[in-house]
Amino acid sequence: MNANPLLRIRNGECFDASGVPLVSIDDLRETILTQVESGARIASFFGTDLGRDGGKTAATPPERVRLICVLAFDNRSELGVIAADAERAYPSLTPDCPQAHWFEREIFEQWGVEPIGHPWLKPIRFSPARSCSVAESVSVVPAPAPDCFHMQGEEVHEVAVGPVHAGVIEPGHFRFQCLGETVYHLEISLGYQHRGIERALVARPGPRTRHYIETLAGDTTVGHMLAYCRAMESLTSTHVPPRAQAIRGIAAELERLANHVGDLGALAGDVGFLPTQNYCGRLRGDLLNLTAAICGNRFGRGLIRPGGVAWDLDHERADAMLALLEAVEKDVRSAVELMFEAPSVLARFEGTGAVSAETAEQIGLVGPAARACGLERDVRFNHAYGIYRFATLPVATWHSGDCFARAYVRWQEIQRSFEFVRDQLRALPAGAPANEPGAAATGKMVVTLVEGWRGEICHAMATDAQGRIAAYKVVDPSFHNWFGLAMALRDQQISDFPLCNKSFNLSYCGHDL
Amino acid sequence: MKYPAGPAPVLPDRFAGRPVISPTCTGGACAGCGDLCPSGALQPQMIEGKASLRIDTGKCLFCRACENACPNAAVKFSGEYRLAAASREDLLVGSGSEAFAPALVERARKVFGRSLKLRQVSAGGCNACEADCNVLGTPAWDMGRFGISFVASPRHADALLITGPVTANMRLALLKTYQALAEPRIVIAVGACAISGGAYAGHDEVCGGASEVVPVDLFIPGCPPHPLTILDGLLRLIGRGDLA
Ligand code: SF4
Ligand code: SF4
Repeated sequence: MNANPLLRIRNGECFDASGVPLVSIDDLRETILTQVESGARIASFFGTDLGRDGGKTAATPPERVRLICVLAFDNRSELGVIAADAERAYPSLTPDCPQAHWFEREIFEQWGVEPIGHPWLKPIRFSPARSCSVAESVSVVPAPAPDCFHMQGEEVHEVAVGPVHAGVIEPGHFRFQCLGETVYHLEISLGYQHRGIERALVARPGPRTRHYIETLAGDTTVGHMLAYCRAMESLTSTHVPPRAQAIRGIAAELERLANHVGDLGALAGDVGFLPTQNYCGRLRGDLLNLTAAICGNRFGRGLIRPGGVAWDLDHERADAMLALLEAVEKDVRSAVELMFEAPSVLARFEGTGAVSAETAEQIGLVGPAARACGLERDVRFNHAYGIYRFATLPVATWHSGDCFARAYVRWQEIQRSFEFVRDQLRALPAGAPANEPGAAATGKMVVTLVEGWRGEICHAMATDAQGRIAAYKVVDPSFHNWFGLAMALRDQQISDFPLCNKSFNLSYCGHDL
Repeated sequence: MKYPAGPAPVLPDRFAGRPVISPTCTGGACAGCGDLCPSGALQPQMIEGKASLRIDTGKCLFCRACENACPNAAVKFSGEYRLAAASREDLLVGSGSEAFAPALVERARKVFGRSLKLRQVSAGGCNACEADCNVLGTPAWDMGRFGISFVASPRHADALLITGPVTANMRLALLKTYQALAEPRIVIAVGACAISGGAYAGHDEVCGGASEVVPVDLFIPGCPPHPLTILDGLLRLIGRGDLA
């Protein structure tokens, strides 16, 4: 085996699809295992039919699936890409590398390639396999009914929740194995929001592409659009003007602010601390309205476009936003400080739902959930892109890994994002808000990482011989983190589930795609 | 908030509300704008022998692609937030048949007019519609002052508020929730997804809107609808406030 078969690239760098080292499945395993052992992370690991399209890559028999793995080397700001053609099965990575857990289940479900020896092999979203006609298989796919892990014993009981929950939230099924009030295991079964976006992205772009990306997770419209647009810009060699970079940064940090502030309010609500809950509910709305001041839509729909931004910010508008922002910042500070000063709140947050740094590392957590375990993991810093190459934001971490840490990391990030948005609004670079992208290069690939408010967003795209999308893989941060919630619940009181759940606040639609 | 007795909250100047189609529209002959529409909302029609377009606001994603493409400035998105209607035909803007939702018939209004409990079911959307429904419960909007609130159980609910295109994987759960509501019951579809499948219409993984599974009484367009649009729809339904 070649000592170093990885193709080394940077976040958002365009490369030849044929330049990805195609190794044997054994070498792929070996490489992933050794690299993860020495500190790399699996950013993405997915199946494609790239080997079959007769493009620049070697022809692959139809029963083979090309597996592509993207590894992230955070302290070197590098990504490594490697591929292998798999037949029906291969020895699973998960027993030696828990990070691969969800990815291998997805590959099995989508492509029918079985990771032999996987300890937990079942569907993650009950989607029809890519290999058969969707219309045929939809009618035979049963509604998600988890064939879940059961605990046995006289006093043991099982609690089932969902898919329809008590609040206005997305559907998912949770199964708790309890002894008394204590949760021994929580199994999370998703897929209810599966609407087939990844499949529909192939062979385009077309008029719907933008809407697919903007609605991968409606609360992360800006984050996902940035990942998509950066990929398109890389494939079309389009330069994004500095003014657009600044406006994108403002939109991304406003998205983070709105969601973090909303989350702190919701966390306060879950421990019955009403003043902060009510204040933050309103303040979240004020922050969404700031995004709407730029583009008319509270979630930033229609703002980011390939080549730049679709709406410009003139001086007057920026000044009006600044005034609003400063007022909101003041109110957020008093609402949040009130909460962190309340002993009744701290008593509920501290020590609840703790995840150790070791577990976080092993299962590959990302975003605030990882930083709350002390891991310095932030794409804006580790793999800086766009405006963050010029305006760096320090990484916010805390060490305790519990609900307190997940709240406190958000609060640190809120303060830094306010400062960032203020600075950008005060000194918007002059120039055009967008450049016009040309045609996409053929037979290329690109991987873009973006730090969404929940954590790392990874989009991988390959083009075919006509420059259309030949493969598209989305990894929402929730994909990495749902298992973290299950781990956080171990040995906790079942009554702490809402609090733990809110402290992660993961996306169902972003996971289900 | 003074609304609905006083003025409605001011919406941002770039907000895309109800579209307006002017007589300069040639029916797509000039720019081929129909092909630009991501959701098939822009539809050719003939009115008195003249070709023009109408917009099905039940499908529209309010993306302005048509507005930006039109050389005649024939399509404009206004700041009008009132969009809810009681039937699919009423959502066809520019067809001459569009209408705002009337209040419920008198008997139903007697039942629900002072207290409307909603059970929300999220069925395959992007969660933005849910977010803007949730907002109505916060102190600033406070829909509780009209006797409207979200409840935890369908057994406690008068109405089902559906978001999302109804995925194949949620179809059964939605049906069961619907069946758990006591009669008389109302169904409200919020957002392009729930009305028509929205951006996912035609996908094999989705049913293409709530009406494919249960009968719908009120449609609230948008992607997502602004909270004010949703509140207007709900108030229209129960005949509250001085709504024009
Ligand atoms: S604004 Fe509506 S009608 Fe116009 S292109 Fe977009 S979805 Fe179609
Ligand atoms: S209608 Fe639009 S905003 Fe609402 S759930 Fe569907 S995609 Fe999201």
